[in-house]
Amino acid sequence: MSAREEILARIGKAVAGAADVEIPRDYRTAPQVEDVVGLFAERVDDYRAIVHVLPAAEVPARIDEAVAGRRMIVPDGFDRDGGWGDLDTADGVITSCAVAIAETGTIVLDHGPGQGTRAQTLVPDYHLCVVRADQIVAGVPEAIARLDPARPLTWISGPSATSDIELNRVEGVHGPRTLEVIIST
Amino acid sequence: MSATFLGMPGNFPKNAAKAVQDSQLRYNLRKATHTIRGKRANVVGELPDWQELRAAGKAIKDHTLRNLDRYLVQLEAAVTRAGGTVHWARDAAEANAIVAGLVKATGETEVVKVKSMATQEIELNQALAAQGITAYETDLAELIVQLGDDFPSHILVPAIHRNRSEIREIFLEKMPKVPPNLTDDPPALAEAARLHLRERFLKSKVAISGANFMIAETGTLVVLESEGNGRMCLTLPETLISVVGIEKLLPSWRDLEVFLQLLPRSSTGERMNPYTSMWTGAVEGQDFHLVLLDNGRTDVLADEVGRQALRCIRCSACLNVCPVYERAGGHAYGSVYPGPIGAILTPQLRGMSSDLDASLPYASSLCGACYEVCPVAIDIPEVLVDLRAKAPHAAAERAGMKVAGWILNDHQRLARAQRAASRLRGLVPKRLPGPMSAWTDTRDIPEIPEESFRDWWERNERA
Repeated sequence: MSAREEILARIGKAVAGAADVEIPRDYRTAPQVEDVVGLFAERVDDYRAIVHVLPAAEVPARIDEAVAGRRMIVPDGFDRDGGWGDLDTADGVITSCAVAIAETGTIVLDHGPGQGTRAQTLVPDYHLCVVRADQIVAGVPEAIARLDPARPLTWISGPSATSDIELNRVEGVHGPRTLEVIIST
Repeated sequence: MSATFLGMPGNFPKNAAKAVQDSQLRYNLRKATHTIRGKRANVVGELPDWQELRAAGKAIKDHTLRNLDRYLVQLEAAVTRAGGTVHWARDAAEANAIVAGLVKATGETEVVKVKSMATQEIELNQALAAQGITAYETDLAELIVQLGDDFPSHILVPAIHRNRSEIREIFLEKMPKVPPNLTDDPPALAEAARLHLRERFLKSKVAISGANFMIAETGTLVVLESEGNGRMCLTLPETLISVVGIEKLLPSWRDLEVFLQLLPRSSTGERMNPYTSMWTGAVEGQDFHLVLLDNGRTDVLADEVGRQALRCIRCSACLNVCPVYERAGGHAYGSVYPGPIGAILTPQLRGMSSDLDASLPYASSLCGACYEVCPVAIDIPEVLVDLRAKAPHAAAERAGMKVAGWILNDHQRLARAQRAASRLRGLVPKRLPGPMSAWTDTRDIPEIPEESFRDWWERNERA
């Protein structure tokens, strides 16, 4: 018998006669949050990321200020002019996102237009992410519903961190040490 | 998983007795577990629907386990459709052989690893070393353990038994090119690890990971982490091999909405862990292999009481609240799965033929704190008691229990026995001789009263 057949047979025998289980779904699937933008900004700030909440018209100037003096990767589809940087020598990357979650302060990239490849948001030390207010949902269930599992997905909650030394949180290990988020309202 | 994993052939009471003598270890553990307990309680308290999420998590896992064969076949089809290759492994040896074969086929002799309990359980690093392949751990805590020729002592933070000055010593001694003026400041230690691993990430061609979840419906694999070492390993190498226990399955994409709330809050006490990577099949040109691991899991599934241990999502909340773990430390359990969950999972996965494994169901005071914090409501005390009944018992103990049963089953016999005990109370020693000394080594013999309650009642109430 192949390993596959044998494992499947063992499972069939182990659960034979066991009753099936109903899954209760009475947890919150759409949490009521009055100010999702405010809560998202507060929760991202909690991770010691840099956060700005700005009207859309002021975003380009803020980006210019943030990237001044840095060699940046600008992924295809990011709606500002710019050239490609080199992964190894770039100082930073600028991206948009697919969805953001207020309750957990999380940004999700699906690596679609303007979000670069997985490596581009990982190797450079600085990540600047522009989040549109209409991309922010209140909780995790709404984010899951908006995402396509067929795409590679990267969920980011603050900069790289470790708690391995005496359980003290230290920012910046292998991923970008600085995460800057501009919320465009 | 061999019974000699930690080079501790003894049993839990012996290992624990040694560990509690180590005041540095007790201090490190107390500080760490109390920190994480507080953080967890805060972020769990933020969610008004925590109990509903917990009930859903428990039910999703039970439903999956009940239909595990069907969902595994569905997962296999989805992963294959998305360009991945699925392998099945009955036991550790089979899984290790599959992984070694896949690495050799790439022509590489070095691999980078994302921290994974499954690969520790099957001792993959040692098996690869025997085939001339070097596996480099990239999680900071795993790196500390690997460089220190040490063993992990916690599911989530394997180096929890080490403090900053001990970590600095290990780095200075074992890390090439480490700055000689390295301080024991945690950011400085993290920076040293970053420099040490960066080049390895960029040049590695093969990576090995586990997974926190696999989605049957879509074939998606999910890894939660904090440092970015996981993202590095999962993203940059050309070949990715994931070794995953068959119980890590969830039926549908939607189920992640429950577990992505339960896991981070229970494990690190954060609203969300810094990084989560999800991929479905071969992503961005990578060659992807999934090794599905049984290694005793189907035996656990066959046990009606014990199978709930397979709901475990390895959050380690039970370790952090356990008064026994806090004092004895992870090494005393002699397994990659320490603490309360280890006390029920290890003897089920390995059987109870060794002295160590038979002692694990007793590594608990049955206080129930582990059950209370478990995000998937595993009734650990219930399983512990069930396993105690199944554990092998010495002939003297079995005979003693038989006599006790005979006495307790008849009230007249009990009354006579109590009277006899009262009369002989002066002769009872402080410590019992022979095989019964194991009991009195760790407990005081209760004082036997001059008169039993029965006799007192007879004298006072009947008269």
